[in-house]
Amino acid sequence: MALPTPVIALLPEYVLTVAGVLIMLIEAVLKPGTSRKPLGWLAIAATVITGCIGWFQIRLGTLSAFSGSIQVDRFSIFFHLLIGAVVVATLLASLDYFEGDAASGVAGNAGEYYALVLFGAVGMMFMTCSTELLMVFIGLEISSISTYIMAGFRKGQASGSEASIKYFLLGSFATAFFLYGIALAFGATGSTSIAAIAAALGSSAPSHMAFLALAMMIVGLGFKVSAAPFHVWTPDVYQGAPAPVVGLMSTAPKAAAFAVLLRITFSGFPSMEHRWGMLLWLLAALSMTIGNLGALMQTDVKRMLAYSSIAHAGYLLVAFTAFPRDGIAAACFYTAAYAAMNVGAFAVVTQVGGYGEKLRTIEDYQGLATRRPVLAALLAFFLLSLIGIPFTGGFFGKFYVFAAALEADHVWLAVIGLINSGVACFYYLKLLASIYAKPEDEAAQDASSVVPAERIGVPAGIGLTLAAAATLMLGIFPGRVLHLANNAGKTLSPDSAQGIAGASPAAPQVSPIFSLKR
Amino acid sequence: MVPTSYYLILAAMLFSIGIAAFLIKRNVITIFISIELMLNAVNLTFVAFAHMWHQVSGQIFVFFVMVVAAAEAAVGLAIIISIFRTRQTLNVDEIDLMKL
Repeated sequence: MALPTPVIALLPEYVLTVAGVLIMLIEAVLKPGTSRKPLGWLAIAATVITGCIGWFQIRLGTLSAFSGSIQVDRFSIFFHLLIGAVVVATLLASLDYFEGDAASGVAGNAGEYYALVLFGAVGMMFMTCSTELLMVFIGLEISSISTYIMAGFRKGQASGSEASIKYFLLGSFATAFFLYGIALAFGATGSTSIAAIAAALGSSAPSHMAFLALAMMIVGLGFKVSAAPFHVWTPDVYQGAPAPVVGLMSTAPKAAAFAVLLRITFSGFPSMEHRWGMLLWLLAALSMTIGNLGALMQTDVKRMLAYSSIAHAGYLLVAFTAFPRDGIAAACFYTAAYAAMNVGAFAVVTQVGGYGEKLRTIEDYQGLATRRPVLAALLAFFLLSLIGIPFTGGFFGKFYVFAAALEADHVWLAVIGLINSGVACFYYLKLLASIYAKPEDEAAQDASSVVPAERIGVPAGIGLTLAAAATLMLGIFPGRVLHLANNAGKTLSPDSAQGIAGASPAAPQVSPIFSLKR
Repeated sequence: MVPTSYYLILAAMLFSIGIAAFLIKRNVITIFISIELMLNAVNLTFVAFAHMWHQVSGQIFVFFVMVVAAAEAAVGLAIIISIFRTRQTLNVDEIDLMKL
C-alpha cells in the first residue's frame, strides 16, 4: 500500500471524521424511538481502529503533514492513544445512559452525541500533534465547541443548559486570551510555528512582549485544564453536565491541553524557562490548595470530583517545573494515570445516578455497598487511586511527579503537594465511608427503593473493567507506560529539538529515577 | 503613515474593553458580544503585525479566527436559545441553579 506520508500521518483523524459524519447522516434518517446503540458501537469501532493505526504509526518514526505543521511523533502518539482509550471507555459507559433518553419519552438523538464525541476527539488529536499555533487553535476550537454542546445534551434540563452556557462563555473568553497570546508571539518573533518561535527567541534577548505572549497562552490553557485561579467554571459545569460527558471532558481535553502546554513551554519557549517556571509554580500551588480545600466543603459527588480534578491539574503542573529532565515523562505518566481513574470514577457515577441523576449527594451514596456491591467496590478502588494509595496508578503518578520536582530542587512545591495529598484523604474517605455505611434512616431506604438495583449493562461493564484494569496495571506494572512516556519526553525535550539547545545542560537519555524504577 | 504601535494600542484597548464588558455586563447576549470584541481586537493585532513583518501568515490567521468565531456564534446562540426556553431570562445573575 503506497499512501503518501501526510495521509498516513493523519489517518487516525480521517477515520474518526468519516465515522462521525457517517453517524450524523444515519442519525438523520433513523426513526425516532429506534435504538441508537449500533451507532455507538460504530463510534467505538472507529476509535479502536484509530488506536490500532496509532500503534502502527509508532514504528514509522516521525511523520509530518501540511508542510510541517503536523508532526506525528512519539509524543503525539502517546496522547493519541490516551485520548482514544478515554473515548472508548466513555462511549462504552454512555451506551446505556443515552438509551434512557429514548425511554423517558424525549426524542432520542444519541447519534448526535456519538458524532460529537468523535469530532471532539479529532480536535484533541490535532491539538497534540500540531507544531503550528494555527493548527493548535483550530484543534482547540473543534474540541471545545463539541464539548460545549455535549455539556448541555440533556434537553429541557435547566441545570444542563446552565452548565453549557457557563462552559461556553468562559471557554470562549479563555480562547480569546489564548489567541491574543498567539498574536503577540507572532509579533515578537514573526512566526506562528513553535520551532521558528523557539529559534527566534533563542537567538535574541528575551523581550517583554514574548513573555506577555506566553503568559496569555498559559492563561488560556489554564482555563482549559481548570487550573486555579481560572477554575471557577469547573464545579458548575461538572455538576450540571451529564455524568459520562463529565468523565470525558475532565480527562481527554485536559490531556490535550496539557500536551499543548508541554509543547509550547518545553519546545517553544525553553529560553524563558526561569520565567514560566515561576508562573507554573504558582499555578500548581494554587490549584492544589484551592482544589482540595474546595472539595472538603462539597456535598454533591460530581461537584466534589470537580474540585478534585482541579487539585489533580495542580499535581500535574508540578511536573512542569521539573524542566528539562523528568518533567515531560512525569507529566505524561500522570495524565495517563489520572485519565484512567477519573474516567472510571465518573463511569461509576453514571451507573449509580442513571439518566435522571437522582442520586447525587454524598448522603445518597450511603449504603451503596449493600445495594450494588460491585459498583461500590469499583468506586472505592478509583477513590483510593485518586488518593494515591500504592498499587494504584494514582500512587505512581504522584510519586513520579513529586520525585521530578525534588530532582529539580523544587522542595517547597513538593512539600505543598504532599500536605495537599493528606488533605485530599479527608473528602475521598468521607465518600468512601458513606458508601460502606449502612443506610439507617427512612430517606436512605426510600432512595434505594426509588432506583431498583439493576445490573450493570454489558458495555458499561466492559468500560468499567477497562478503566479498573488500566488503573491497576499502572499501579503494579508502570514500566511499560513509563517507557512510552519517557520516549515521548525524549522527542520533545529541547535537546533533541530542531537545533535549539535550551540554556540547560544536556540531559541524560534516561534519568536516574526512572531507570531505577523500571 | 500611521505607525504600527498605534494599531497595537488600539487593539489592546479594544481587548481590555472586551474583558471589562465581559465582567460587568449581566445580559448573556451582551457578554457574548464582548467576547466577539476581544476576538476582533486579536484580529487587528494580527493584521498590524503582519504588516510590520511583511508576512502574509498573520492575515491568513485572521481568516481562521473569523471562521471559528462564526462557528462559535452558531453554537453559542443555540445554547442561549435553549437557556431562554428553560429559564425565560437572559440575566446571568438569575442563571444560578448551582451556586454553593
